[in-house]
Formats: sequence, C-alpha cells, structure tokens
Amino acid sequence: MDKIAALGRQGLAVIASFGRSGRFLFGVLSGVPRPITGFPLLVQQLYFVGVLSLAIVVVSGLFIGMVLALQGYTILSDFGSESAIGQMIALTLVRELGPVVTALLFAGRAGSALTAEIGLMKATEQLSSMEMMGVDPLRRVVAPRLWAGFIAMPVLAVIFTVVGIWGGMLVGVEWLGVFDGAYWGNMQSSVDFVDDVLNGLLKSVVFGFVCAWIAVYQGYDCIPTSAGISSATTKTVVYSSLAVLGLDFVLTAVMFGDF
Amino acid sequence: MGNRRIEVIVGLFMIAGLAAILFLALQVSGLSPKSASDRYTLYANFNDAGGLAPRGRVSMAGVTIGTIESVTLNKETFQARVALAIESDVDNIPTDSAAVIRTSGLLGDQYVDISVGGDMESLKPGDTFYSTQSAMNLERLISNFASGR
Amino acid sequence: MDSSAYISFDNVVFSRSDRRILDGVSLQIPRGKVTAIMGPSGTGKTTLLRLIGGQLKPDSGTIMVAGQDVPHLKRKALYALREKMGMLFQTGALFTDLNVYENVAFPLREHTQLPEDMIRDIVLMKLEAVGLRGARDLMPAELSGGMTRRVALARSIALDPELIMYDEPFTGQDPIAMGVLIKLIRDLNSSMGLTSVLVSHDVPESLSICHYACIIADGKVIGEGTPEQLRDHPSERVQQFLGGQPDGPVPFHYPVADVAADFGVKGEWFSG
Repeated sequence: MDKIAALGRQGLAVIASFGRSGRFLFGVLSGVPRPITGFPLLVQQLYFVGVLSLAIVVVSGLFIGMVLALQGYTILSDFGSESAIGQMIALTLVRELGPVVTALLFAGRAGSALTAEIGLMKATEQLSSMEMMGVDPLRRVVAPRLWAGFIAMPVLAVIFTVVGIWGGMLVGVEWLGVFDGAYWGNMQSSVDFVDDVLNGLLKSVVFGFVCAWIAVYQGYDCIPTSAGISSATTKTVVYSSLAVLGLDFVLTAVMFGDF
Repeated sequence: MGNRRIEVIVGLFMIAGLAAILFLALQVSGLSPKSASDRYTLYANFNDAGGLAPRGRVSMAGVTIGTIESVTLNKETFQARVALAIESDVDNIPTDSAAVIRTSGLLGDQYVDISVGGDMESLKPGDTFYSTQSAMNLERLISNFASGR
Repeated sequence: MDSSAYISFDNVVFSRSDRRILDGVSLQIPRGKVTAIMGPSGTGKTTLLRLIGGQLKPDSGTIMVAGQDVPHLKRKALYALREKMGMLFQTGALFTDLNVYENVAFPLREHTQLPEDMIRDIVLMKLEAVGLRGARDLMPAELSGGMTRRVALARSIALDPELIMYDEPFTGQDPIAMGVLIKLIRDLNSSMGLTSVLVSHDVPESLSICHYACIIADGKVIGEGTPEQLRDHPSERVQQFLGGQPDGPVPFHYPVADVAADFGVKGEWFSG
C-alpha cells in the first residue's frame, strides 16, 4: 500500500514539475524582448553557449566522419560498392548523427554549464536581488540563454555534419583511395536538400529548443544549495539526452518513415 | 574592448554556420542554383519500371541531365509511367531517342539512360518517349539462359 | 491606521509547508525613520522583507506599501513599485559576472535611458557615498565581505529609492566593517530621507541606530516601541532577547519528546 502511495506521489511530482516548467517557459517567452538591451546579452550568451562548444563539436565531427568512412569501406567493399561510402556517410550524418550527437555534446558541454550558472545565481540570491530591483530575471537572465541555445544548436549541428563529411573524405578518398568524383557524385545523387538536409536541420532546431529549455529550467528550479545544484546539473544532462534520443525516434518516424 | 571581440567572434560563428549549410546544399545534396523551374518534364512508358524511384538519375552518354520525378501506374495500359525532369539547357533531345533503364554495376541503383536517336526534331516539354526499353531483370535472364531459350 | 506609516501589516499569516512562520503579524513602519525588526533566527524576519517586496504572498491579511496593496498588485505594477525599493541582501548578491562599476550601473541601465556619461556620474557618486569609488574596476570575487555589502548598498540606492531594506547587515562583519555600515545606514537615512527597515538579531547595533523597533518571536510581534520603551518593556521574553539569556520563556530546547523516551530510560531520574 505504501509503495503504491509512493508511486502516486512520485507521479504527481513529475506532473507538477511538467506544469511548472511549462509555466516557466511561458514566463520566459512572454516577456517582451527589448532589442536594445536584449541583443548584446544574446550575443554574449551565443558566445558562451555556441562558440565555446565549437571545439568539441568539430573534433567529434571529424572523428565520427573518419570512423564512418573506415567502417563503411570495410562493409561496402565486400559488395564491391565502396564508392557508395560518400552516400552512406552523408546520409547518416545529415539525417541522424549530426543533429543527435551535437545535441548530446551540447547537453554535456553547454547545458550543464547553463544549469550550474543559473543555479548558482539563485543560490547567491542574485536572481532574487534582481527581482527586488524590479528586473525580471526570466527576461534578463533566462531568456537570452534559452534563445542562445535555440540558435546555436542548428549552427553547431550543420558544422558538425560538414566537418564529418570532410573527415569521411579524408579517410575514404585520401587514404583508402575511393574515387573523388564517386564520393561526391553518389552523395549528390542520393542526398536531397529538402528531405534530408532541411529535415536534419529541423531536428536540431527541436533539440536545441528542448536542451536549452531543460537546462535553464533545471537551473531556475533547483534547490539553492551545492547539493541541489549538482543534482540539477546531472538531471540536465540525463534528461536532455533522454529527451533527444526519444524525440529523435519520433521525428525520424514522422520525417523518414513511409506510412 | 572585450564586448567588441565577442561580437566579432559570434558573427564569425554565425557565418560559419551559414557557410556550412551552403556547403550542404551545393556540394552534398547537389542542389544547383538552377531550381526546378529550370527543368522541363518528359514522360516514358515502361512495361517494367524495375527499381526506379523518384530522385533517381537520368543520364545521357553517362552525364546526368535530370532526375526522375515520379513513377506511377497507367491503369489503362498497365504500364509504368515515369516522369523525367530534364534540365532546360538540354532542349534538343531527338524525338526518336529511347529511354532505357540501366543498372549501375551489377547490384547498384537503377537509372534512366537516354540513347540518342537521329531525328532532326526534338522533344518538347510534356512529350512522351516513343521507344523505351524496360529494366533488365537479372532473375529472368538467368532462368532464360538455364532453360536454353 | 497611522497616516505616517509607509508600510503596514494587518494580521498577516504566512506558512510554508504546514509550518506557520508568521501567525497574525500586525505592525506599522513609519515613513522616513529607521525601523529595526529583531527576533531570534528562523522567526521569519527575512520572510517579512520578502512579503514587503511581493516575492512571497501571504495566506491572509493585508500588506500595504506606499498606499498599495502588495499581494494583489498586477505583475507590472509590482515591478514598478519595486523600483522604489532597495534591498540589501545578507550575502550582498552582487552579479558575479559584472565588475563593481557595472553592478551599480545595472539598475540605471535597466530602468532608465540615461546617456552613458550621466550614468557614470551617478555610479561614481553612489560609490563615493559608500567610500568605494576607488574599487570600481574590481570584480565581486576580489572584495571583502564588508566591501561587498557596501557595493550592494550603493547598488540598491542607485535609483534613489523611497524605501531600503537591510537583511541582516551586521552578520559576520568585523567591528570596523560593522561600524562603517552603521554609519552608512544612519547617514543615508538622514541625508536622503529614506524609510529604512532593518532586519537583524544584533541587538546593541540595531538599537543604536533605529528610531523604532519591534521584536518578533514564534510568528508574533511580542514587543514594539522606541529603543527606550523596549528596554523598560514588561514582557519577560523581550527582556530575555535583549539581554541574551540562554534560557527563559523562549526555551533552550527545540520542542521534543521527553528525554527519557528518546534515550529509552525507564526511570524518572534522567529527565530532571
């Protein structure tokens, strides 16, 4: 009986936190953005969230592209169609790995930092003092970070994809000796701009929104102690990763499924 | 000033993103500035369209000159009706040319190859190829060979 | 109701997860004076300040600030009212990513469209008032605790508020820093005509600067008046708090079951 009650209590807590995060999002987005003070804040957050994540995204993209080329070559050469690795690498990166891996890296690199930063601002009463100064922290602190995450993710994802394709070319063409023209030609005839590139981009837009939302909400909602902040940071990474993978399945089914 | 530097770096970051998407559009998906409006449609009827699929390649003498737009069934003749989007600068395909379904390699994708005829007149948008050659069916070839016919 | 009261609480009840923190508090805070709210730790003194600022809403009762019913204000009106309030937090709550100058300039940049040179003049004036004009380029992490509070004070008076609230300004300060803060609070009150509310449990310091004080314990006001009136207050609990005696009407022990029951001792000898 007690166990059932505990389950019910947990269920209610989960639903309540969904409700709180929804209301929180509404509060953030409904605040009228003020272009004059808002824009420099957004640029600053784009720097922290986007530019500083660039290194890890580029390096990961390069290696994933090279690994795909190696694996693809081994498998495809059994069928004598190793010239198809361009197509294979491009499709996997554009449709799946680009958006998904970037989102996972983003959650670990930028999402956790956002949560910790906002959580610490809450713990040191900076948010509270802002409120008492008549400045809405949702608009001043949270909104620029949310928008920055939302904008930075697709940019990072396309850079990841391009670097991956280039890395695949390094291994496939320069090292394993696939014909250059076949690499690009197969790619071009099989990748469609709208169906593949734009859908992949749409995925990363959705992931960017979800990851940034989870990160700022966890920071804003955390218990303002050191233990609370560390658990909120962990939650950000775990929830973002789960949300990205789950949403990826749904989006893939809708975009690329034939039904 | 630190702010200025950050603004410039963020600007470069956004430009890098735009360049990347441009690269994906032009180099990876082969989207040419010539969009769909710069193409015209020809039709070809096949008894067996085999593995033809939309977005497949249409080539002439090995050079890609267009894509397959759609593959539908003509309910009256029970033939496959394939719409081909041909680049508009290739506007002098002779009317007696044949549309042939070929396979790249033994197991590769199937595509439409246009064998050029000798007529002085050329096909106009919306025209249908007079002569076609259906997909080579490997299975049928082998069974024909085995039964000695 | 006293017409000179800037803030008035009428029978305010506030509870947090079943625990009653304020249980029917009524008090008046006069305009242009320094009012000290004292009481043992954990009796809801900071809660009182947050109620004034509208960050918390009471379960029942009315809170009037400058003639406005705070708990029922619309968001916009509340934010407008807060521009007239300054609050000094216990930790200072400076923005750690901005330097001292930018911290003080923050409310000006957010709420006014002043040109940059005018902002500069105001910021330097406020920093001068707290004696830290020379520290303008330091980051908050480089400041000592006393300096942090002084910068925070400069920031909270940047918009020339009508009301300033101090949350435990003396806690954890060395005697010199404390002296500086006492002097600043008194000077600001007399020179700018601010209504000041001071929340503290440091009795001698608070009594030395306030015009009026009230003592809260167990969610109720147990004594109020001028410092002189309080020293002669008849209530034992007021005297225990002012004198700092360890045991008295405010018990030494947190409410708990009988000692014998906790330690599993049967006899009566242990629980004397």
